[in-house]
Amino acid sequence: MKILILAIFINLLYLSSGSVIASGDGVYLDKVDIEITDKASLQRGAKIFVNYCLSCHQASYMRYNRMGKDIGLTDRQVIENLMFASNKIGDTMTIAMRGKDAKKWFGMTPPDLSVISRARGTDWLYTYLRTFYLDESKIMGTNNATFKNVGMPHVLWKQQGYLKKEDKTNDLISATKGIITEHEYDIMIKDLTNFLAYLGEPSKIQRLSLAKWVLLYLVLFFLVAFSMKKSFWKDVS
Amino acid sequence: MLANLIGWIDERFPATKLWKEHLSEYYVPKNFNFWYFFGSLALLVLVLQIVTGIFLTMHYKPDTNLAFASVEYIMRDVEWGWLIRYLHSTGASAFFVVIYLHMFRGLMYGSYKQPRELVWIFGMLIYLALMAEAFMGYLLPWGQMSYWGAQVIISLFGAIPFIGEQLSLWLRGDFVIADATLNRFFAFHVIAVPLVLIGLIVAHIIALHEVGSNNPDGIEIKNYKDKRGIPIDGIPFHPYYTVKDIMGMIVFLFIFSSILFYIPEFGGWFLEHDNFIPADPFKTPEHIAPVWYFTPFYAILRAIPSMAGSAFPGVIAMGLSILFLFLIPWLDRSPIKSIRYRGIYFRIALVSFIISFLTLGFLGTQPVTGLYTLLAQICSTIYFAFFILMPFYTKIDNDKPVPKRVTFK
Repeated sequence: MKILILAIFINLLYLSSGSVIASGDGVYLDKVDIEITDKASLQRGAKIFVNYCLSCHQASYMRYNRMGKDIGLTDRQVIENLMFASNKIGDTMTIAMRGKDAKKWFGMTPPDLSVISRARGTDWLYTYLRTFYLDESKIMGTNNATFKNVGMPHVLWKQQGYLKKEDKTNDLISATKGIITEHEYDIMIKDLTNFLAYLGEPSKIQRLSLAKWVLLYLVLFFLVAFSMKKSFWKDVS
Repeated sequence: MLANLIGWIDERFPATKLWKEHLSEYYVPKNFNFWYFFGSLALLVLVLQIVTGIFLTMHYKPDTNLAFASVEYIMRDVEWGWLIRYLHSTGASAFFVVIYLHMFRGLMYGSYKQPRELVWIFGMLIYLALMAEAFMGYLLPWGQMSYWGAQVIISLFGAIPFIGEQLSLWLRGDFVIADATLNRFFAFHVIAVPLVLIGLIVAHIIALHEVGSNNPDGIEIKNYKDKRGIPIDGIPFHPYYTVKDIMGMIVFLFIFSSILFYIPEFGGWFLEHDNFIPADPFKTPEHIAPVWYFTPFYAILRAIPSMAGSAFPGVIAMGLSILFLFLIPWLDRSPIKSIRYRGIYFRIALVSFIISFLTLGFLGTQPVTGLYTLLAQICSTIYFAFFILMPFYTKIDNDKPVPKRVTFK
């Protein structure tokens, strides 16, 4: 019985690791290590985000001042470097484009990116942003290997250059050169993904830093409770 | 001074009497093991859910245009809001973990058997209320899974012949899941069902304290009393089990906090990935699965083939799979309570039942394929056979002799 229970428990742990919940469409995803305490990476990611994403997408649940505080920037730095779409530091990251217009232009309203990393997962975002390729059948001229027929154009084409699909193997190969190397582009997207992960759950930094103290408290509390139980139970025979 | 105050109260309200009856002179078998922590843990989680729920209600907005954003507002702008929300969302799953283990304990040691039939029935009613509570609560974040999960479950009522369509319309208050549905689910989730739950829990405990607790040996300790009329193998609940349960609670809170602080989504099992996309009535997710604690029943529902284009047989099977649990006290014909002294048939039956239940739970999270459907049908058969054949295999089982006194090391 005890072995059975142990086996079930181990199985549950395996299931909870999330490895069995793969992306539904069977696309292979590149792995990315997210480091939300890496403030330099978050700052670079924030810069890419406000420059390239925050014109069509919004992050309407995220406030500028909160973001600045979390990623290590003063209000002044945020206002001067990261705020193009708004002028109040307490504002949320919204945009001027109306959803109705966006729908007309792109076929759908670009989704709010506040919690996109929690819906899609960071591996997916990291892969998706690196797999745009030339496809003449599309209005935008590009398609995406991770998200088929996506309405979004290849916004970072200047940096990455264009990829194309090789006829035989369907692999993505370089068609035009970008202004930075492939490796630099990977790091750029990693920074952006890192920022999107932060954006999905800003309280994660606080959550993780609090964790060990809560657990330590419970361990100490257990020692007290254990000796209390022992001393009460010693006369039970 | 204090004695005077207590005396004054006791003349007007049975405070001391209640304290003695239910705690300091409520005699409990001394041989409780690991499985006996889950009753008090369930109470702990209940309190946790109520307290965190109250604080969430202060900031949550039951409005289809505001609900999703208000949850994110809690997660970001409300001071400690993320902690309260995670306590509540992790607590929901923890509640079912604890309750399932509590029910499994009852099955193992025959705690449903005479004279504890009503304890079991009240417990099952609590389980039903808890499922309703969880189901309605899950709609409130207004994510894609909230929406489509509710849509699927309510449409099940539509499969009932003749009245189905009208009934599901009545439940939703609209032709689809909409603002009216969200508002009524909110009302039920925060007021109606919790009131029912608390009432049932009080009844569950009163019934338990009337007949006394069972134990891993399934031996009635009331049969052996000393001169003062106190069971020889019994110890007062307070302080013995209060100090022991505090220990259990800390271990539970350690595991609970590890999940809450490190992996609050629990790999998509406690908070589903698709629920971070706001509900969209025009976009059906490619794979709709209920939260893990409902999936065994969902798998049974899907395992039963439709008849004449109606999913009604599946709905019936799902209903029966829960109804049978209510009947266990009368299906079990063995005079022996505990699995320790039961014969091989019951042991095999219980193990197969648990394995099929867990397998169904897994299958309910997966998309339908030919192999999985077959597996779900086999497991459903085992699930129902456990109940239907119970009167037979428990009667002819080669049970072992039961000792007169409880075993205690």
